[in-house]
Amino acid sequence: MSEQHVVGISDRKVANAPDSIVTYALGSCVGVTLYDGKTGIGGLAHIMLPDSRMISGGDKSRMKFADTGIEDMAAEMVSHGADIKNVTAKLAGGANMFRLSDDSLIASIGRRNVDGARAALGRLGVRIVGEDVGSDYGRTLLFDLDTGKVKVQSLGKGSKEI
Amino acid sequence: MITSYTELSDEYIDVLKEIGNIGAGNAATSLGVLLDEDVSISVPSVRIEDFNDVVNAIGGSEEMCVAVLVNFSGEARGVVLFILSIKDAKGITGILASEEDDGSPGLSDMKLSGIKELGNILGSSYLGSIATLTGMKVNLSIPHVAIDMIGAILAVPVSEYGAADSKVMFIDESFSTKERRFHSHVIMFTDIETLGNIMDRLGLSI
Repeated sequence: MSEQHVVGISDRKVANAPDSIVTYALGSCVGVTLYDGKTGIGGLAHIMLPDSRMISGGDKSRMKFADTGIEDMAAEMVSHGADIKNVTAKLAGGANMFRLSDDSLIASIGRRNVDGARAALGRLGVRIVGEDVGSDYGRTLLFDLDTGKVKVQSLGKGSKEI
Repeated sequence: MITSYTELSDEYIDVLKEIGNIGAGNAATSLGVLLDEDVSISVPSVRIEDFNDVVNAIGGSEEMCVAVLVNFSGEARGVVLFILSIKDAKGITGILASEEDDGSPGLSDMKLSGIKELGNILGSSYLGSIATLTGMKVNLSIPHVAIDMIGAILAVPVSEYGAADSKVMFIDESFSTKERRFHSHVIMFTDIETLGNIMDRLGLSI
């Protein structure tokens, strides 16, 4: 029996084939999937902010941030038996929902989340094999651990596979 | 010195609720002028809520909605977000633009500009209440509109203002004209420093 796991905002799930993992309504947030095709172990993280070092004090929940969130997810997959050398990544989200064009933090948060995720994956030596990022609309992701494919659904824009 | 919304005592939450109440009253008056009709308003419910509770209260993360975002800056900093269902957004802008609903899924340009105007008016109503109560000078940005899933929309201001704490001020209210009733949600995000300044000005030093 395959199970569908749901990932909320600032959260992650690691699971095995033939399960699937879904996360709803990514806006400026970025969804990152990691997948080891040999073992069928995969993870999906719903990342809200690019860098844990930008927040001083307060809540330091590691799953909010691209750097710590992706690192922790990779470590969890390895502890389940994945081999980091076989792991590939896909990214989706990071939109500019209100098409803001000023140089405020809020206007660039989507792009910075994508940059943060790419940098974190670079540090882990994980190759990015698919992306659907940017633009101005929300995305729901469905990650199939049997195939490693990620279905990206957007309201009024249909769905695509990365 | 407070560092998060979770540390706010009931007294401070009452102050925020009062700001919300006055804002909603201002909004009803301005809306009446805009629509050229008497507009009455329900007693708004003002709550300090978690991100996930707000999303669920609006119908779940994939619920389609129309959102107007207004940034404010100056002595108080933050974002006000107005959320309407697609149906209510069409209805209210239909009155403004004197257009009947043509049944299309999106909003016409005329209706979109009506929604922006609505955002402007509601933004000044709520921020006017902060300015009136505290004497703080607040500047508003032009309104920005998005039509999308509520989860995707809400995460934008949360990522800036909820970084240290995912609680927000959530106002639920309905406006009624003679023929129609509109339900809207107003969500206000401010940084903790702004919150502290508001309380300071009101003599409630935190």
